[in-house]
Amino acid sequence: MAQYILRKLLGAVVVIAGVSLLVFILTRVIGNPVDVMLPLNATAADRVRLAHQLGIDKPILTQLGEFITGVFHGNFGESWYEQQPALSVALERLPFTLELSGIAMALALIFAIPLGVLSALRPRSLLDKVTSTLSMFGICVPNFWLGLVLILIFANTLHWLPTSGVGDWRYLVLPAITMAVLPLGRITQIVRTAMLEQLREPYVVTARSKGLLEFWVVVRHALKNAGISIVTMSGWELGRIIAGYAIAIEAVFGLPGIGSLVVDSIGQQDFPLIQALTFVIATCITLINLLIDMTYPFFNPRLKFK
Amino acid sequence: MANLTVALDQSVDIRDSRPRFYGLRRLARKMVKDRLALFAFIFLILIFLMSILAPLISPYDPTTGDIFNRLKAPGVSPGHILGTDALGRDMVSRLIWGGRVSLRVGFITVVFSSAVGVFLGLLAGYAGGKTDTIIMGLVDIQFAFPGMLVALVFVMVLGPSELHLIEAFAFNGWMVFARLARSLVVTFRDGPMVEAAKAIGVRPIKVMLKHILPNILAPITTLFVLEVARIIGAEAMMSFLGYGIQPPTASWGLMIGEGRTYFPMAWWLIIYPGILVAATVLALNVFSNWLTTAVDPLQKGQSG
Repeated sequence: MAQYILRKLLGAVVVIAGVSLLVFILTRVIGNPVDVMLPLNATAADRVRLAHQLGIDKPILTQLGEFITGVFHGNFGESWYEQQPALSVALERLPFTLELSGIAMALALIFAIPLGVLSALRPRSLLDKVTSTLSMFGICVPNFWLGLVLILIFANTLHWLPTSGVGDWRYLVLPAITMAVLPLGRITQIVRTAMLEQLREPYVVTARSKGLLEFWVVVRHALKNAGISIVTMSGWELGRIIAGYAIAIEAVFGLPGIGSLVVDSIGQQDFPLIQALTFVIATCITLINLLIDMTYPFFNPRLKFK
Repeated sequence: MANLTVALDQSVDIRDSRPRFYGLRRLARKMVKDRLALFAFIFLILIFLMSILAPLISPYDPTTGDIFNRLKAPGVSPGHILGTDALGRDMVSRLIWGGRVSLRVGFITVVFSSAVGVFLGLLAGYAGGKTDTIIMGLVDIQFAFPGMLVALVFVMVLGPSELHLIEAFAFNGWMVFARLARSLVVTFRDGPMVEAAKAIGVRPIKVMLKHILPNILAPITTLFVLEVARIIGAEAMMSFLGYGIQPPTASWGLMIGEGRTYFPMAWWLIIYPGILVAATVLALNVFSNWLTTAVDPLQKGQSG
């Protein structure tokens, strides 16, 4: 058990280090922020001074060395625009995105599991067809566009909900729905497929023939065994929300999460902040993956962490 | 002589046992039976034709504006069926040219990512051992990568352009092909066909490309179509954020991004391009689903 966790943690560290190194190489070796930060008519002396101030005139290996030592002290340098430690700027925005993606994920699961299970119980029924079609739509509609359409309908035309910004719960309704649609579609499909597979298994026949209520056959036996694929897909989707969907959706709704910070920091070429953001996001994803792996033995005790 | 006939017979058997594409006519018959797939296919052909023929069928130049015809609603201004945008450019023309960009980015990206991914997957599956461990380790790392974030940083550093977008996406997309190819190769690697090829001294690279690759082409084709759909969606998102296709070029995602400022009053600016992105991605998905069941009857019923 301890060995298994250790190996997984090691893998997580490799991934986080890989992403950080890649971003470091991209930004320090290829990019040049001085061009962006200074006006076009800046003199050569100005450029040299700024480069020195930012510490990007040192040899690249020295920069890398400083960066790695910094990371071990939890120090990613100061954000060039906010004049504060980059890591704390990034972490400040994280809770909002986690809250929003948590709500979206809960919303997706609440609908996806019953819909997927019912479709699998009655394949080719009307419910199944409607569910399949809708989940297909959910997967294919670009979610940033869906967000704009929802704003158009529910905020600008019907005036039921605010268009964008932060405030009470009403400000979270449209972003959460927008964010939930894609995972909802994907998880519904995976629940249906996994349940269809499980319901064909002989243990279901056994459970039924011993007189167990159909509800318990489905929930306690089939659904539990389908759990691994469902949890895996949900975890992936949560990772995709944090590292992908949040970027566009927070921009659409003007929300102060980590996603909109990604867009801002990239627009400003704020290298330390971008570096801190990729670190935070990569850590979130690997932690989620790790948590998913931890749940496997609950669904299938044979998988005892080998 | 007798031995030779036996060998020939066997080779015929092995050929027949592999899951390959049905005859074209049979595929066509299946397509007509499946209404949804048929619609999707027809839609895709229309989008393709539209993109290829853009210079011929586009009523206006997609990048030239008309100050006196700004933000005209659909149907208001004669000659602009779907209206005009904030610079007075014709929506129909921009939608037609935008499709060209989306399809181009989607296909070129996936051609590259699938070529690299399939080759590495074949190599990993066929060679096994250390090669396998290293390649699949890289694949695992890539799967855990925040792809969109890395693509954004990549495009920011190199400067937003279509080429850099394609590079960033291809870099983030090869591993799905590698994983699929490897899993398929492993089932073939120890089969009689590969053994026979090895026994008569065929070079490993030739075994991989001529004997294994054709047998795993069907599932890879369906993944190819799915990936094109995914990249078209991703291109739309990047262009929407301003880090993809740059103005004044028309791209569906960019049109949505540009229309955002005006959309409460001018809904047509974002509705049409969004519908086209969604419909194209949907059609590719439906087509890919159909292809899966059509070329591999064992999968029948899985997609409902």
